[in-house]
Amino acid sequence: MGVLLEIDGLKTQFFTSAGTVKAVDGVSYTVDEGETVAVVGESGCGKSVTAMSILRLIPWPPGKITEGVIRFAGRDLLQLPEDEMRDVRGKDISMIFQEPMTSLNPVLTIGLQLTETMLTHTSATENEARKRAVELLDMVGIAEPERRLAQYPHHLSGGMRQRVMIAMALACEPKLIIADEPTTALDVTIQAQILELMKNLTRDLGVAMIIITHNLGVVARYSDRVNVMYAGKIIEYGSAADIYYRPHHPYTLALLKSVPRMDQPRQAKLDPVEGQPPDLTMLDGGCAFRPRCRYATDECAKGLPPLENVGSGHFTACFQKDKLVSSLQEAS
Amino acid sequence: MLNTSEIEVESDFEELSEKRPFFQVFFELIRKQPLGAAGGGIVVLMILMAIFAELLTVFDPELNSLEHMLMPPDDTFWLGTDQFGRDLLTRIIYGARTALLVGFTCAIVGATLGLVLGVASAYFGGMFDLIVQRIVDVVMAFPLIILALAVVATLGPGTQNVIIAITIPFVPQCARVVRSNALAIREIPYVDAARALGFSDMRIILRHMVPNVMAPYLIMLTSFLGQAILLEASLSYLGMGVQEPTPAWGLMLQGGAEEFAESAPWVAIWPGIAISLAVFGFNLFGDSVRDTLDPKLRSR
Repeated sequence: MGVLLEIDGLKTQFFTSAGTVKAVDGVSYTVDEGETVAVVGESGCGKSVTAMSILRLIPWPPGKITEGVIRFAGRDLLQLPEDEMRDVRGKDISMIFQEPMTSLNPVLTIGLQLTETMLTHTSATENEARKRAVELLDMVGIAEPERRLAQYPHHLSGGMRQRVMIAMALACEPKLIIADEPTTALDVTIQAQILELMKNLTRDLGVAMIIITHNLGVVARYSDRVNVMYAGKIIEYGSAADIYYRPHHPYTLALLKSVPRMDQPRQAKLDPVEGQPPDLTMLDGGCAFRPRCRYATDECAKGLPPLENVGSGHFTACFQKDKLVSSLQEAS
Repeated sequence: MLNTSEIEVESDFEELSEKRPFFQVFFELIRKQPLGAAGGGIVVLMILMAIFAELLTVFDPELNSLEHMLMPPDDTFWLGTDQFGRDLLTRIIYGARTALLVGFTCAIVGATLGLVLGVASAYFGGMFDLIVQRIVDVVMAFPLIILALAVVATLGPGTQNVIIAITIPFVPQCARVVRSNALAIREIPYVDAARALGFSDMRIILRHMVPNVMAPYLIMLTSFLGQAILLEASLSYLGMGVQEPTPAWGLMLQGGAEEFAESAPWVAIWPGIAISLAVFGFNLFGDSVRDTLDPKLRSR
């Protein structure tokens, strides 16, 4: 399958009074057609900013995409005029947001919000759009879709609202869906349902998806490839299995250890990632994870570790990866 | 088990949105908001007066009649006549037309322009917001009446110019209040979601943001109604507003108060009462609209 989205050397910076925040600092990754790619990292590492950059929704001031290429289906999105970009949003690339409670407009009916996208981007008539809206609601598993069209968001539960958001995202048959922590605000049982639904729908419709999350459990089950981000950079990427079973970066390892696992005894202590993410206005030349890394040596301060191939399609950016791998092997 | 409870919840919803007979809603309104209902009553009375002016009186509001000059209230002229022999009751009834025309036009146009300006200012932010807000600051630095006087002085008197003069100071007032509400709404994800769905700025402002700031808009609108009527009366009283022979309360007050305050007090008293009552009614009504729409101010 061909490459659908190619991000190359993307840099997004926020110019604040406290200094320039390099929220996204030279990120490159690709998404193939129909593929699900996860972007993982803790809060403030630049996951969402990367996603907003793809849609060019970074508010200026203070944010700006300063460098890079975002090639989508053959076009460089960063070079498109604003009106063509508006056509891409919602039609070719749509987005599912983190907060289903606040991502739907409280004063407009579900039907109105669902059909509006179709009426804006396609030549559908009001009737066709309504019909399709019913189909979409049915597809995302909402009972009595006709009745829901006339209801307002406050009539629906959080899980149902997220289903409506998914229906909205699918309305114009996009090629790519960006899901920005789609399940963070939902409770655990609903999370699984929503993820399962998204996985099935994207597979059946052949839609590519970027899932932004900090939950590695989500990653393991629902994504083909994973990008781990830290301080605005991708520090490791590879297949979901590579990341989960053969992490080569201490940060990835720390993230994995910080999640409770079913296959470990209940008494096993969780191992949180110590410390805070670095202040993005004052990064020095060295590895950004260095202060929190238990494998760090003086070497790490000298320069940025480059992304290096450690297996087929598995890259990592760490000077100490050999030390890490051997210590892991000893432990097991 | 789960199913039955769901059904109960649903039926509660149905009950809430069920249509009740009009009189029942009406009485409940009077019980919950007696002052607002009284204000609303005055407003309705004024509107009826304005609409059915021709049916309510047999006299001509503009025709002079020298043999009936300055007659005190009696059987024929219930409220007396003015210095040109015109029936005061007739002129007050017709004056409601002027008051309502000016009041509603200024309030609706002023508040609506302010609404759009305020939301746009909050939505675009940055330089646009800065410039709009500085202009708003400048306009709001003037007291309402001074600004209105300045506009009339430039445009000249007359009903149409009075409307323009009163509308202009209303726009920034409403824009300021709406902007502060819209700023909060701008930060709620559905605005970003709308942008991510590829809607144009105009569409997001008008369709997605404006309906969410309806509460402050309606509050400003109703408070403008009373203010506009008072301002129109003030301008007319100062001779800068509606011109003779058009019946307008401020104008009648001026004609009566200056020369006949002692010899024929009724000439000034009745239009004065009409102005106070109208402003009082609109303000009561506006307050109850505010109480209903703004949960923070709801009676404890």
